[in-house]
Amino acid sequence: MSDINRTHKALVARILEGDGRASHAQRRAAFANAGLAGPLSTLIGKVATHAYQVMDEDIAAASTSGLSEDQIFELVVCAAIGQATRQYDSALAALDAATRRS
Amino acid sequence: MRLAILDSGHSLRTKVLFAFIRTVSRLPVPDAIKLNRYRPDFYGRPMRTLTQEAMRGPSAWSVGDRELMGAVVSQTNECEVCTKTHAGVAALAYGDESKVSAVLSDLETAAIEEPLRATLRMLRKLTREHAVNADDMRAVLSTGASRAQIEDALAVGFTFNTVDRLSRTFGWFVSGPKAFQAGAKFLLARGYG
Repeated sequence: MSDINRTHKALVARILEGDGRASHAQRRAAFANAGLAGPLSTLIGKVATHAYQVMDEDIAAASTSGLSEDQIFELVVCAAIGQATRQYDSALAALDAATRRS
Repeated sequence: MRLAILDSGHSLRTKVLFAFIRTVSRLPVPDAIKLNRYRPDFYGRPMRTLTQEAMRGPSAWSVGDRELMGAVVSQTNECEVCTKTHAGVAALAYGDESKVSAVLSDLETAAIEEPLRATLRMLRKLTREHAVNADDMRAVLSTGASRAQIEDALAVGFTFNTVDRLSRTFGWFVSGPKAFQAGAKFLLARGYG
């Protein structure tokens, strides 16, 4: 399924490098779950590691900190894809290591 | 949903489409569709392309197997909407609801093939712990699953590890059984493209 690598790269390039309402730096930080502060850091951290714990208050706090709904939408998407990408890359590296030695 | 733009910020053309969906299905538009159709150039369109490839592209895994993987990843992520939806698609694809229920109740005792069981076990660990190691992969390979099959399963894992997070963060509505049934039929017949 080599098309997956291509479509995955296209998805990541679109959200991080294409047009958006959040800055490129904010989107990259959300994707990496690193370098953010305040309520946005709390929200993005939850999206990445325990999204089932996100509450209405987390979104409201990010909004009160000055972010628009469009910016929150984009940054949450970047955080979700960022964490799923790290999981995916970890597993592909493990598969490479397993097949290299066998 | 927690962001008003995802409920009602769509273009006029998309709102017309939603009105058509509501009229034909006599059900609310699922939140998954609302998300995918909001500014689709940013997320919805490239994600739908990837999802269609992962779930319906060429693979040694059947459609039922891949939908079951989606349900297991979603169950691990505690995403009720996605678990019920994709368990429903898997049950329809297999023509066997009890097989899907058995896997979701107890993966270790369910009557399924060992390569599928080992792959589901690996996906569950990857989802819960965010990483797996070479020994985890050797355990899957030792059951007879091929490298290509594992790669295909990881693509399914990526898809659901993304969508489950969005579902829980944006607060997707958990609808009734009728809506889940209709959604499962639609996804089996039409896919994700």
